[in-house]
Amino acid sequence: MSDIILEMRNIVKEYPGVKALNDVNFKVKRGEIHALVGENGAGKSTLMNVLSGTIPYGQYTGDIIYNGKVCKFNSIKESEKIGIAVVHQELALIPELTIAENMFMGNERKNKFGVIDWNRTFKDATDSMRKVGLKESSQVLVKDIGTGKQQLVEIAKALSKHCKLLVLDEPTSSLNEEDSKMLLDMILEFKKEGISSIIITHKLNEVAYCADEITVLRDGQTIETMENPNHDIDEDRIIRGMVGRELTDRYPAREHNVKDEVLFEAKDWTVYHPVYTEKCMVHNVSFHVRKGEIVGFSGLQGAGRTELAMSLFGRSYGSHISGKEYIKGEEVHLKNEADAIRHGLAYATEDRKTNGLILSQSIAKNTTLACMKKISNSHGIVNEAEEIQQAQAFVDAMHTKTPSIQQNVGNLSGGNQQKVLLAKWMFAEPDILILDEPTRGIDVGAKYEIYQIMNDMVAQGKAVIMISSELPELLGMCDRIYVMNEGMKVAEFNREEVTQEKIMSAILSSKDQPKEELA
Amino acid sequence: MNARAFIKKYTMVLALIIVFILFTILTGGRLILSQNISNLLLQNAYVLVMACGMLLCILTGGNVDLSIGSTLCLSAALAAKLLDNNMPTPVAILASLCVAAVIGIWQGWLIGYIHIPPFICTLAGMFLFRGIARVILDSRTMSIMNKSFLGLFTSYITIPGIDENKHCISALFVGILIAILLTLITITNRKRREKQGYQVPKLSAVLLRTIVFDVLIVIYSYKLMGYKGIPVMLLWILVVVFIFAFITSSTVFGRYFYAVGGNEKATKLSGIDPRKVYFWAYFLMSLLAGLSGLLVGARIGSVDGNMGNSYEMDAIASCFIGGASAYGGSGTVQGIMIGAILLGVINQGMSILGLPDQYQYIVKGGVLLAAVVFDVVSNHKTGKS
Repeated sequence: MSDIILEMRNIVKEYPGVKALNDVNFKVKRGEIHALVGENGAGKSTLMNVLSGTIPYGQYTGDIIYNGKVCKFNSIKESEKIGIAVVHQELALIPELTIAENMFMGNERKNKFGVIDWNRTFKDATDSMRKVGLKESSQVLVKDIGTGKQQLVEIAKALSKHCKLLVLDEPTSSLNEEDSKMLLDMILEFKKEGISSIIITHKLNEVAYCADEITVLRDGQTIETMENPNHDIDEDRIIRGMVGRELTDRYPAREHNVKDEVLFEAKDWTVYHPVYTEKCMVHNVSFHVRKGEIVGFSGLQGAGRTELAMSLFGRSYGSHISGKEYIKGEEVHLKNEADAIRHGLAYATEDRKTNGLILSQSIAKNTTLACMKKISNSHGIVNEAEEIQQAQAFVDAMHTKTPSIQQNVGNLSGGNQQKVLLAKWMFAEPDILILDEPTRGIDVGAKYEIYQIMNDMVAQGKAVIMISSELPELLGMCDRIYVMNEGMKVAEFNREEVTQEKIMSAILSSKDQPKEELA
Repeated sequence: MNARAFIKKYTMVLALIIVFILFTILTGGRLILSQNISNLLLQNAYVLVMACGMLLCILTGGNVDLSIGSTLCLSAALAAKLLDNNMPTPVAILASLCVAAVIGIWQGWLIGYIHIPPFICTLAGMFLFRGIARVILDSRTMSIMNKSFLGLFTSYITIPGIDENKHCISALFVGILIAILLTLITITNRKRREKQGYQVPKLSAVLLRTIVFDVLIVIYSYKLMGYKGIPVMLLWILVVVFIFAFITSSTVFGRYFYAVGGNEKATKLSGIDPRKVYFWAYFLMSLLAGLSGLLVGARIGSVDGNMGNSYEMDAIASCFIGGASAYGGSGTVQGIMIGAILLGVINQGMSILGLPDQYQYIVKGGVLLAAVVFDVVSNHKTGKS
C-alpha cells in the first residue's frame, strides 16, 4: 500500500448555473491530519459530500482513489463500509433518543431476526464513548448533554464504524476554546493510532495547531497545498491563500470615541432556567454600555451570556427574572420583544438559521420583519416597492452577495445570511445592538465586513454589545470586555490592559470557587 | 420567463384550463351553459369562502381547522331555529355570526395561548359543535322559509327597465364596466409607481395580463346575463375573497401569518407575538365558517344535522391543490381560488355526466395527490428542510 490514503482527481461538480467544484485535486497521506480551508462557498463541504457519497457517483466527474482503488460511491453507506466517516457541520443527532441509540442509528446492534440487542448496544456505545473521553452513561438522552459533548458523540459514532479516514466539517464552530482544544488533541491522539483526518475549519489557529498539511480551496478550485511540519505556520500566510489577497489587518481600524453617556445598564440581573426553574442561569450580573462603545462578553459555552442577553431583550428567555434594566438612564420594564425593539434595543441571535431568519422567505421580507411600520402606512398596508428599495440599499451597503433581493435567504451562504440578519436589526434602527456570536461559521472576508459594520454603528453614536467565543476577535474589536463564568460576571477589562491570558485565567480561577463568595 | 418557468408558475391555472376544456368536450358543451357557469361558483361558495380562512391556518405552519364543517352546521342551525321562531333576519344573522366568533375566540385562545395542538383542538370542536347543532335542530331537518333571509343570499340583482326580457343585460354592463375600471386602475397604478421611482414590471406584460382578465370577466358576465343575472351570493364571495387577498398580500397583519409559518422563533424574536397570529387565524376561520353556514343554509333552503359534513376537507384540499405549502409559510389567495374552482369544475363536470358520488371521490383524491406530488417534486421540497 502506498502512503497516500486518499486521492481525489479532477473533481468537477456543477449545479445549475454554478460550478461548485472546478477540477479539484486533493491528496491525503496516510496517518496525517489534513486541513481543508477556504472562504464560505469555496466548495469544501461539496468536496466532502462527493467523498462521502452524499453526492453519488455520476453526479460529478473525476476519480476518487482510496487505498489505491478507484471508488464509485452511490451512498454514504458504501463509503462508510470501507472506512470513510464524515462528521457534519450541523449535528445530525436526534435529541429525544439516547446516546447509544444515536450512535448506532442505521447500524443497529441486532440479532439475526432484526431484534435490537440492547446489552450490546449500550456496551459498544460506552466503549466508543470512552475513546473520546465521554464519561456519561450511554443511556443518557442526547438533549441532556451540551453541544460540545454532542460533537464528541458524533465523533464517537464515526469511530464506532471503524473508520480509517475521519472527515470533520467545522467540528469546533459551536465549541468554546477549551472544548475545541480538547477535541483537537483527541484528533492528534487518533493520528497516533493510524487514523487519518481531514478537518475543515475557519479557525486558523486550530489549523496551525494540528494540521500536517493544509490545502486551500478558493472558488471551487484547489489553490495550493502547504506543509506544516512544525505546526508553526503563519496564519496570515493561510489567509493570503484563502482570499487571494493580503489581509493587512484582520480588524478594521476605528477611532475609539466613547462618550460618557451610558446608553444601557443592567443591575443585579438574575435569571432562572425556563423549564428547570430552580436552576440559576444568570446570577446578579451588572454591566453598562456607553454611547459609541463596543463591549464584549467573553466566557465558555454555557457561561450564561446568551441567557443574559435574551432575558434583557424583552424577557425572551428564562423565568423568575429579577434586576433592573436602564435605557438612556431611565429604568424600563420590557414586557416582550416588541417592547424591547420599541425602546431601541435589538438582539441578533447566535443561531441565525433557527432563531434569526425565515429561510424560506426573500431577503427583502427578512430585512423588514422587525420593523414593518417603516414600510407600511398607518393602516398597516405594506408598500412593497418601498420595501424592495430599502432592502436593496442594505444589500448594496453591506456587499451581500446575491443574484436578487427576492432570493430566499436559505439559498445564501452563511456569511451572507449573517449580513441579512444584521441588516434586519439595523433596519429597526436600534440604539443598542446585542450581537451574539456575529461571526460564527463565516469566512475571513465576511468577518472583516461585519466588523466594519459594527464600527460604523458605534461611529453613529450607538452602542454594541458583542458576545463571542473567539478571544482574538473580542480583543481586536472591543473597548471593554466583561468575562462571565457559570452565570456570573467574573472580570472586567479595558482595551488597554486585556490579553487572552488574562481572560482565560479569569475564567479558570473563578471555576473552583463556590458561587456565594463571588456573588 | 422561459416556457419551463412559465409552466411551473402557472401549473394549476393550466391544469384548470385543461380540465375545463376536457369536461366541456365530455359533456358535449353542457358545462358551459349559462346556468351551469352561474351555478359553478354558487355551489362552491362555502369552499371559496372557507378556503380563505383555511389558508391563514395553513400558513401558520401547515395547521388545519377540522371543526369548520360543524361550525358551519351550528351557524346554519341557529339561524334556521331563530327564523323559525319568527325572529327578524338581522337578529338571526348576527346571532349566527356571534356564535361563530365565540367559537373562533375559544379555539384561537386554546391554540394560540394554551398551545393545544390545532389538530386535536379542532377535532374536539368538530364533535362538540356538531353535537350542539343537532341539539338545536332536535335532530330534525328544519326549513328556512323567511323571504328576506333567503333574498339576502340567494336572489339575483335585476334592474327594472333593462332586465325585462329573458336576458339580464345589466350583468353584461356591469362586467364591461368592471373590465374597463380594472384596466384603468392597473395602468394608473403602474404609472404612479414609476413616477415615485420604484421598479415596475414591463408595460406589455401588465397589459397582456389585464386583457386576459378583462376577457374572462366579460365572458363570465355574458354567461351570467344568460341566467338570471348577477347572483347576490357572488357578491358575498367576492367581498370575502378580495378582503383576504388584500390582507395576505398587502398588509403587515397578513405578513405575520407567513412569518410565523416560515420560522416561529425568528418571528417571535423580531417582536411579533405568534400567539396573536394563531389566535387571529382560527378566529377568522371560524367567522368565515359561520358566514358559510348562512350561505349554504340559504342556498339549500333547509338545515339538517349532517350539513357541512367533510366540508372542512374541501377547504383543505383547495388550499393544497392551490399551492399552499403543507409546512406553512407559503400560499396565496389567488392560488387557492384556482384550487377551489378546479375542484368545483371536476365536481360539476362529473355531476353533469351523471357519474355517481363514488367516482367523484376517487377523482378528487387523485387530483389532490397529483397536485401535491407535482408541487413537491417540481420545487424539490424535500420535507421540512
